[in-house]
Amino acid sequence: MVLLEATDVVAGYGQTEILHGVSIFVDQGEVVTIIGPNGCGKSTLMKAIVGMVRVRTGSVSFQGTDISGYPPERIVRTGLCYVPQTSNVFPSLTIRENLEMGAFLRKDDYRGRIGQMFDLFPDLAAHPGRKAGSLSGGQRQMLAIARALMLDPVMLLLDEPSAGLSPAMMQTVFDRIREINESGVALLLVEQNARDALGMSDRGYILVAGEKRLEDTGKDLLNNPEVASLYLGG
Amino acid sequence: MGRLVTTIQDTARRIGLAWTPAHTSVAIVVIALAVGFLPFVKMGLVVNGVFLGAIIALGAVGLTLVYGILNFANIAHGDYMTMGAYTTLFIVGYLLPKVGVEGSGLGPFTFGYPLLIALPVAVAAISAGAVVVDMMVYRRLRDRGVNTVVVSMASLGVAIALRGLVQIIWGGDIERYPRETRQVFHLPMDVRVPPDAIFITTVAIILVVALYLVLDRTKMGKAMRATADNPDLALVSGIDTGSVVRWTWVMGAALAATAGILLAVYQAHLLPIMGWKFLIPLFAAVVLGGIGNPYGALVGAFVIGVTSEVSTQWINPSYKPAVAFAIMIGMLLVRPRGIFGGGRS
Amino acid sequence: MDLAGIADYLVAFAIMGGIYGVFTLGLNVHWGFTGLFNIGIAGFFALGAYTSALLTTSPPDPALFEDFKFGGNWASIGFLDWGLDVWFVLGLASAALCCGVIALVIGYITLRLRDDYLAISTLGIAETVRFFFLNEKWLANGSKGLYRIPKFLGDWIAPENYGYLYVVVVFAVLAIIYLALQRAVNSPWGRVLRAIREDEVTAQASGKDVFRFKLQAFILGAMIMGIGGALYAHHVRFLSPLTFDPMLATFIIWAMLMVGGSANNKGAVLGALVVWGIWVATQSLPGILSDPSFRLFMVGVLIVAVILLRPGGILGEERRVTRLADSDAARPNNPGG
Ligand SMILES: Nc1ncnc2c1ncn2[C@@H]1O[C@H](COP(=O)(O)OP(=O)(O)O)[C@@H](O)[C@H]1O
Ligand SMILES: [Mg+2]
Repeated sequence: MVLLEATDVVAGYGQTEILHGVSIFVDQGEVVTIIGPNGCGKSTLMKAIVGMVRVRTGSVSFQGTDISGYPPERIVRTGLCYVPQTSNVFPSLTIRENLEMGAFLRKDDYRGRIGQMFDLFPDLAAHPGRKAGSLSGGQRQMLAIARALMLDPVMLLLDEPSAGLSPAMMQTVFDRIREINESGVALLLVEQNARDALGMSDRGYILVAGEKRLEDTGKDLLNNPEVASLYLGG
Repeated sequence: MGRLVTTIQDTARRIGLAWTPAHTSVAIVVIALAVGFLPFVKMGLVVNGVFLGAIIALGAVGLTLVYGILNFANIAHGDYMTMGAYTTLFIVGYLLPKVGVEGSGLGPFTFGYPLLIALPVAVAAISAGAVVVDMMVYRRLRDRGVNTVVVSMASLGVAIALRGLVQIIWGGDIERYPRETRQVFHLPMDVRVPPDAIFITTVAIILVVALYLVLDRTKMGKAMRATADNPDLALVSGIDTGSVVRWTWVMGAALAATAGILLAVYQAHLLPIMGWKFLIPLFAAVVLGGIGNPYGALVGAFVIGVTSEVSTQWINPSYKPAVAFAIMIGMLLVRPRGIFGGGRS
Repeated sequence: MDLAGIADYLVAFAIMGGIYGVFTLGLNVHWGFTGLFNIGIAGFFALGAYTSALLTTSPPDPALFEDFKFGGNWASIGFLDWGLDVWFVLGLASAALCCGVIALVIGYITLRLRDDYLAISTLGIAETVRFFFLNEKWLANGSKGLYRIPKFLGDWIAPENYGYLYVVVVFAVLAIIYLALQRAVNSPWGRVLRAIREDEVTAQASGKDVFRFKLQAFILGAMIMGIGGALYAHHVRFLSPLTFDPMLATFIIWAMLMVGGSANNKGAVLGALVVWGIWVATQSLPGILSDPSFRLFMVGVLIVAVILLRPGGILGEERRVTRLADSDAARPNNPGG
């Protein structure tokens, strides 16, 4: 069943158009990865989906409702949560406070959920009173993901979660992401480490200069010689 | 000694001041210098500076909250102070006497208990007014995504209009709350403490502690800090940024109005330009503490208050705002992000 | 009022309107073309006026004044005269220079930082300048003010007709500044300023030294305001720190620019004349319209209303070239996205 569907999305900043009509979809429980060269508009596509960038024409629907034009807060409420590529934690808030902010919309007692996050990311549990600004890159990324999970989302958008991490840390992050997916959350990923990401993805898209170039299953994209030479570093 | 330093550092960090060992060494040097200078400084001026600092602090903390969360320099902040002071005048000088509530000289203070009734009412009125102005002016500009300087420009218009309004209603002449002359307390070292100053300081302390509790303990307080940190992330986290903005105005304007009322009590008069004149020390305190950092503004306020009072020992007292301005420029020159480096430059 | 009375009235109106035109042009360089937020126009106004007045006026009679000592006396120095009153030009130039130096210092410190630091600093300058001239009685006679500021070409024309001469002087200066500015803002330099105002990040990214351009614009605008101040000093020939009240020395100039339209020099001058016209015309009306407090209120409302409803000013921005062409010209070596 289709969970998220973006149809012919056109978006950009000011007078510049970045996305020239991009269509993608994500099914329930799927992992889908978008790869493409720097500046091709991957982050812009994610921002357009979550309402941070206006969708000029085209539409985005989530669970059958058209959410294009909704403010971000309303989109988040429908169970679609997002981890931005950069500045994705509140640096002057503590780890615990960051998680509480992720749960801002919850009216119930979310302490149990914080406990679950600490189980999923034991690194965070050690010093819940630490300021997020003083965390390492890997810990920050974990915190950002945990913050986005606080609302128990149906689907999670992750923009380059492994960027700038050490190989070991990268592995941990990918392991966690897989666990999250196994718990039933659908994932849309943007990744530079295309090989790892495609390896764990059901499907993938290749975005070039604001247009969709290719779409296929993760495995076939990995085995596609053109993709391999252009986007997987040989 | 080492324990003490660690305790200071931990406390500072807890309340959000990025306190480093360098700060400790600078603080020790400053304290040593201050203590060394003390014999040459009139204690009375230092004490006056603390009282002035308490009023600056209330104004500056509100200003820095708005600055940090809404990301613009609110030029009208001083005029919110003026409005607070005059609204109180309206209540104690006109409304309450109509229903027979009058009085001055409560206990050791110059003012009467009607002021204690008027203060919260006036503060609530100014807070509500600030929210209305936001809906009419600033929200529209935010929605349009204009440059923050344009928002500041609009706040200049608001400031001018408010001052005009005060003058239309109350005229441009000097006004006073009903007051009795009161004996000041004489302390050793020629320190004179007017009883009103004790009231002012107490109110300031209560409000600052309340603010700390709100920012540190409540969900809205945390959401305010989160929004100041990263408004975009706040939005995609599902934080209701609309309420955050409203609460920011409520708190910022409440603090400003209180500062205005206390200033009118302290200087024993009201003038339509009282708030505008106060802008320079307010902004100086905000810059010193780092924009958006309420505890930094608190420290900045006392630095500005004490320095500008003590400066009158050597230079003409009417240069006091110039001293505050000079300190601010000096700070911008060496550390534009403020003493604690947390602000934005 | 007889005909001559009306003519005198109109001349007096035109002189002040022209002087305000100079200020509005200066502010247009700051705000209209570069986006610099100066709320301390009164500071440059006072500094310019006092600089020229103090340098050209003769020292006070020691028998009459106790503290007041200073007077540059240029107007009485023979070689600055030649019957052409060359000192006047030097006075204007000194006023511009003095404001330029202050703008350099303040701009150098604040223009690298957030935009609004400049606003706060200009406010500080305005207040400090006022306190300075108020307190340094030896220099400027404090609140009692400066008198006997010399007239430019005062020997050429009978005192009662002097206004007819001075109005020509004011409009000549205004025209020179206007023409020079038109050239400047339509040059590549002016286009960079507008590019900075529109999108500082992009301007920076295309290799423009944004700080340098902003500093230049800030100094230029301040110098023009200094000249405006000097023109004012030799017009009213009496200065006191109380003259430079924010209403008539800062706020009204903002209202003029807002009416005239940012980034439009013609509009700026027209806005000055229109607002000053309304101001003067309503001054003698009965009732609330002539109440200074009501006017203050209306100026504030006007500023907010223009920002909300007509961000380009009532006359709007003058466009010789389209905005797109403008911004393209501003980044010739755009790295192709
Ligand atoms: N906030 C912004 N304002 C203007 N242009 C932007 C902004 N963010 C990104 N861009 C531009 O949009 C293009 C696509 O950016 P982005 O979506 O971040 O690319 P990717 O994530 O694929 O690397 C780039 O050319 C970038 O310069
Ligand atoms: Mg990206």
